[in-house]
Amino acid sequence: MLLAGPLGWMVVLYLGSLFVLFLAAFWDTEPYTSEIVHTWTLDNFEQILEKPVYRDVAWRTISMAIYVTIADAVLAFPLAYYMARVASPRTRSLLVVAVLTPLWAGYLVKGYIWRTMLGEQGVVNWLLAPFGLSGPGYTTAGLWLTFTYLWLPFMILPIYAGLERIPGSLLEASADLGARSVRTFWKVTVPLVFPAVVAGSIFTFSLTLGDYILPGLIADEQFIGTVIYGDHGTALPVAAAYAMVPVAVMTAYLLVAKRLGAFESL
Amino acid sequence: MVESRVTRVVLRLGAGATLAFIYLPLVVIAIYAFNENISQTWPIEHYTTKWFGVAWRDESVREALWTSVKAALGATAIALVLGTLASIAVSRYRFFGRETISFLVILPIALPGIITGLALQATILNVLTPLGISFSIWTIIIGHGTFCIVVIYNNAVARIRRLSGSLEEASTDLGADAWQTFRFVTFPQLRTALLAGGLLAFALSFDEVVVTIFTSGAQQTLPIWIFTNFARPRQLPIVNVVALFVVLASIIPVWIALRVAGDSGLTSDRPGKEALSGALDAEP
Repeated sequence: MLLAGPLGWMVVLYLGSLFVLFLAAFWDTEPYTSEIVHTWTLDNFEQILEKPVYRDVAWRTISMAIYVTIADAVLAFPLAYYMARVASPRTRSLLVVAVLTPLWAGYLVKGYIWRTMLGEQGVVNWLLAPFGLSGPGYTTAGLWLTFTYLWLPFMILPIYAGLERIPGSLLEASADLGARSVRTFWKVTVPLVFPAVVAGSIFTFSLTLGDYILPGLIADEQFIGTVIYGDHGTALPVAAAYAMVPVAVMTAYLLVAKRLGAFESL
Repeated sequence: MVESRVTRVVLRLGAGATLAFIYLPLVVIAIYAFNENISQTWPIEHYTTKWFGVAWRDESVREALWTSVKAALGATAIALVLGTLASIAVSRYRFFGRETISFLVILPIALPGIITGLALQATILNVLTPLGISFSIWTIIIGHGTFCIVVIYNNAVARIRRLSGSLEEASTDLGADAWQTFRFVTFPQLRTALLAGGLLAFALSFDEVVVTIFTSGAQQTLPIWIFTNFARPRQLPIVNVVALFVVLASIIPVWIALRVAGDSGLTSDRPGKEALSGALDAEP
């Protein structure tokens, strides 16, 4: 009884919607009027596999997701480690709030800020000018910086939670047995916290794969999201078929993450 | 403490640098809102507060603000009702497919936003429009409600897990019906968790743009207003003011929610733990 409302909503509205989208991937498009014809075809998938543009864009997006994930893990680690093992309980809870609060603060606004900051006469170039350098501007590298910024809290929180769960006694045991701190770090801490990093990477990966707004704001190249967005008005079936690419990548990624034990770290 | 003094100093510096990286852009947008010049060059030469007035008098901004508020309130209301029902069902009863519910609730935000948006748009065009619900404030609310449920659900489930069911059993034994038990026993214990969840849902909805673009039709929420105006150079000073406003409107509820969730439960050993789990599952 209690479930009727929520279940009805989710199943009918949401799963139903996903199913319609999935079906649309097999529909045909009338080439002259670009109207959707409800006949079953695999042409859309064939197009995506054969046209090099689609492959290049998919590969570019996936590499972007990898680079963003690595950068976020590197940036997140010191802060997460400091929060979990060095800070006093009071500082720790302040830091948790400090990381969580801007998590949702204006996704679009953050993108817009980076557009302003990366501009020809923006803050980034102004900061780098004394060193004789200039920022990436509106390029794929600039987009990488923006993605890294936006998804960073999603990486900090799981790593923090993962580090906090490691019993201090394990690290002390390692030290007592004569391991230096560097060795303890690589042999004890890193293997134990690795599932948490994978858990964080689920977010950084999924968010990067599906984004269609930031590439339009900042980058000069196409990504999966922008191609889908560009196609969905005129050729919904092709867009729907292409949308199956991030879904497939994420499904594979989630299966691997599950094997690595990332789900217990969520 | 295993970490040496040097390690701790290095960690402190690294942590400080990451925090600065997180907050610097937010400071920059706050400063830009006071930029007198229409061109957005740095450093800023003259400061003014006049754009706040201009933005406040702008018809399209006001309309978008009103749409955003209505959408966020509607979505929060739907999410509160459906999220609470689902959380009670999952944590208090055993039934076939119980595990699937959590997965189902998380799906709209675990999948990339463009998929959710595209799927909802396909449904609105092909199913809802023939039924008489075409693009309007209602389709925005339906879309937002769908991905806000998880925030309420997570907060409520985390709270119920810590409560003992014996109070509810006592209530039933004393002759209260299901509604009375919920109204006088369960709800008062859930109140702060629901308040925190509701605030997070409001912030999430107020800020959402990825799904909204697909479900809004001609309606403009504040983020969509920014999206359509950032490319118009003359509008940039107003965009700056609106951007600052959107940042504050999504930061303040989250901050309050964290405080509420942190101070509420006597059993809560870590502040913001519930909100943490809620926030982790949410995407912008």
